[in-house]
Amino acid sequence: MSTDAVLYDHPGPKAKARNLVLTIVFGIALLGLLYWVYSRFDAKGQWDSVLWKPFTESSTWTDYILPGLLNTLKAAAVAMVLSLAFGIIFAVGRLSDHWWVRWPAGAVVEFFRAVPLLLMMFFIFFGVPFLTEQPMSIFWAVVIGLTLYNGSVLAEAFRAGVHSVPRGQSEAAYAIGMRKSQVMSEILIPQAARAMLPVIVSQLVVLVKDTALGYIISYSELIQLGVNNLSANYGNVLQAAIVAAIIYIIVNSILTSFAGWLSRRTRRKGRAPRSPGAATQQVTAEPGLGGGVA
Amino acid sequence: MDVFSDPLNRDVYITGFLWILKLTVAGGAGALVLGVLLAAMRVSPVPVLRGFGTAWVNIFRNTPLTLIIFFCYFGLFSTLGLSLADDIDLNNFWLGVIGVAVYTAAFVCEAIRSGINTVPPGQAEAARAIGMTFLQTLTIVILPQAGRAVIAPLGSILIALCKNTTIVGTIGLMESSSAMKQLINENGDNVIPIFLVFAGTFAIVLIPTGYAFGWLANRLAVKR
Amino acid sequence: MRITRLAATLGALTMALAVAACGGDDEGTGSGSSAKGIEGKAASGKLVIGVKADQPGLGLQTGSTYAGFDIEIGKIIAKGLGVPDSGIEWKTTVSSNREPYIQQGQVDLVVATYTINDERKKVVNFAGPYYKAGQDLLVPTASTITGPEALAGKRVCSVSGSTPAKRIQTDYKDAKLQQFDSYSKCVTALAGGQVDAVTTDDIILAGYAAQDQYAGKFKVVGKPFSEEPYGIGLKKDDSAGCNKINDILKAAATDGSYKKAWDDTLGKSGTPAPELDTAALSNCS
Repeated sequence: MSTDAVLYDHPGPKAKARNLVLTIVFGIALLGLLYWVYSRFDAKGQWDSVLWKPFTESSTWTDYILPGLLNTLKAAAVAMVLSLAFGIIFAVGRLSDHWWVRWPAGAVVEFFRAVPLLLMMFFIFFGVPFLTEQPMSIFWAVVIGLTLYNGSVLAEAFRAGVHSVPRGQSEAAYAIGMRKSQVMSEILIPQAARAMLPVIVSQLVVLVKDTALGYIISYSELIQLGVNNLSANYGNVLQAAIVAAIIYIIVNSILTSFAGWLSRRTRRKGRAPRSPGAATQQVTAEPGLGGGVA
Repeated sequence: MDVFSDPLNRDVYITGFLWILKLTVAGGAGALVLGVLLAAMRVSPVPVLRGFGTAWVNIFRNTPLTLIIFFCYFGLFSTLGLSLADDIDLNNFWLGVIGVAVYTAAFVCEAIRSGINTVPPGQAEAARAIGMTFLQTLTIVILPQAGRAVIAPLGSILIALCKNTTIVGTIGLMESSSAMKQLINENGDNVIPIFLVFAGTFAIVLIPTGYAFGWLANRLAVKR
Repeated sequence: MRITRLAATLGALTMALAVAACGGDDEGTGSGSSAKGIEGKAASGKLVIGVKADQPGLGLQTGSTYAGFDIEIGKIIAKGLGVPDSGIEWKTTVSSNREPYIQQGQVDLVVATYTINDERKKVVNFAGPYYKAGQDLLVPTASTITGPEALAGKRVCSVSGSTPAKRIQTDYKDAKLQQFDSYSKCVTALAGGQVDAVTTDDIILAGYAAQDQYAGKFKVVGKPFSEEPYGIGLKKDDSAGCNKINDILKAAATDGSYKKAWDDTLGKSGTPAPELDTAALSNCS
């Protein structure tokens, strides 16, 4: 159901007037709130030019914010690739016909989905070296933590996606003599990936945000460099955090709109599997929609 | 496991998870209420409300929770002067609840909106045909069905929320991640058992919770 | 069957990739040279020194480089070991990762407001002390707090899991403790009036008090209630390197480079350089 204009009648003169009143009331309340926030910030001297001035200097950007952003993106990019691989491998593992593949894969996915990433990263950095007797680099501790968690979530997304491909597809593939690995890699996974694109992308947005948790092992990402270290120089913790938040919002919005473009493109080529909505079937929200699990 | 035979350390462990539990319950309730309100705004006939809902989702879904929690302390409390309790821990707890709730509400809103999409348009058309207003259509016809369709996604969101509450530790609440950090700092030679106990506690509670939501979703699914 | 084979192959591939990746990043800090200790490492012309990045006056990332008293001490030691400034790689450490960094060989030395104590001596070796700090309080200039006894019912801020925080929890139970992950946040909260005092080593507090944006707003109470001898951390088994660093510190005390290190950094706020007690340089194991 498209939400636009199905839930309410086309507004007549009375509804129009009522909507206008609501608009004005809500708008004024919102503006009032914003003004109050502004004036409180003002009263506390948070708009002081001294606190904002560092952001007009190029060294603030080249020495703190951009290197931090670069490290954030680097960790996110590597972790994205690895978690997609992890997700596909473990989704296939969980769909295996053999219990000795299915169960361990299931256990791994369930465990890493249930453990907070913060604990995971901390352990990978401080605990794993005790097991391997090898130092663990901060970068890889962050990337491995991100991969294990987001990869597990993606594994579940791929699995749900494979289930959403109509059974006739794999039956037809078997009928023309494809092997199981061919059916999986050429028929099921590509369609599952397309069906699950929204959830995959929102998980990747989550991944970008989660790099911020690297602070716990002092990974030099955007918040560590652009907020902590920068504000140690200028005492402008709040301002630095506002700038960092804006950067995060921009980066993630770009990622989301890229995903929108990608999904429109793939849809134009058509043949995205329809949800298995046969007449008698139970209807639940597609896991793909509105997805992302924070 | 020697670490946990010391009652002091056990206290640290228990207090840590009690905070997680309280944050999850309070934050979850807040996120659900806020999320439903936001979803209603996003499908409402009033453009300003729709815009507000969209802005909320885009802002809070794209900002790391670490920063949101930080803003709760240094923005809401420090600058705007919103003090929620005299006790330091309790104040930080409520600031944490607000942070977790406004963040998670964005996800709840999107889940519910996708749930609304599963309700056949004929239902809303029929509701309007018998003269129901927008609010009636939404609350009597659409949301009850949508709610049952989004139980599974809401379950995932709740589980994510529970794990995310560990981030409230950044403003000084001794929740389980801070507790684990403290125990590891003091017992550097017992890193692995300490981690296994903390991670295991999360796994033991959250994995069954996930399955319970799956079961519930199947039971309550709208048969069509 | 085929699927599992595919999965197994892919799995093995990822594993190999991960292992290769993990092994690839630790050039320059390899554990191979640790047998020869810090002197062996210095012979390669490179040193990795762990320092704080967010403590004004001591170890602070300013622009593309680091500045502060700890940084200058690090340079003196590197020079004594025959490593030029250009051969030093500064690595940001936080309080909780200093021991693992040394143990795992991620850094060769730690000069990061690192208090020598018996617990840490079990896992790392300490050269120094090169400075004797003490836990103190930073309060607004008009504050009536005169010492830790006056903290009852007051809100005091420190870094979570740090020794100063722990001391407040055990020795001054009536104080209300607020913890953050960095002192910068504590100082911001102090400036905003959310906490009544910030507590940690006096030298760190002095660094904040001397910053331009806080000039005249805060004072250090000046009644230290602990002894925090700052040492230079290195690997536990490197006694030779530890003694060598002590010799370098002794030389620095006599040739004036220690005083210069102070005057160029924390001394700028007017505090005269402390005397380096060369007789106390006896912590090497």
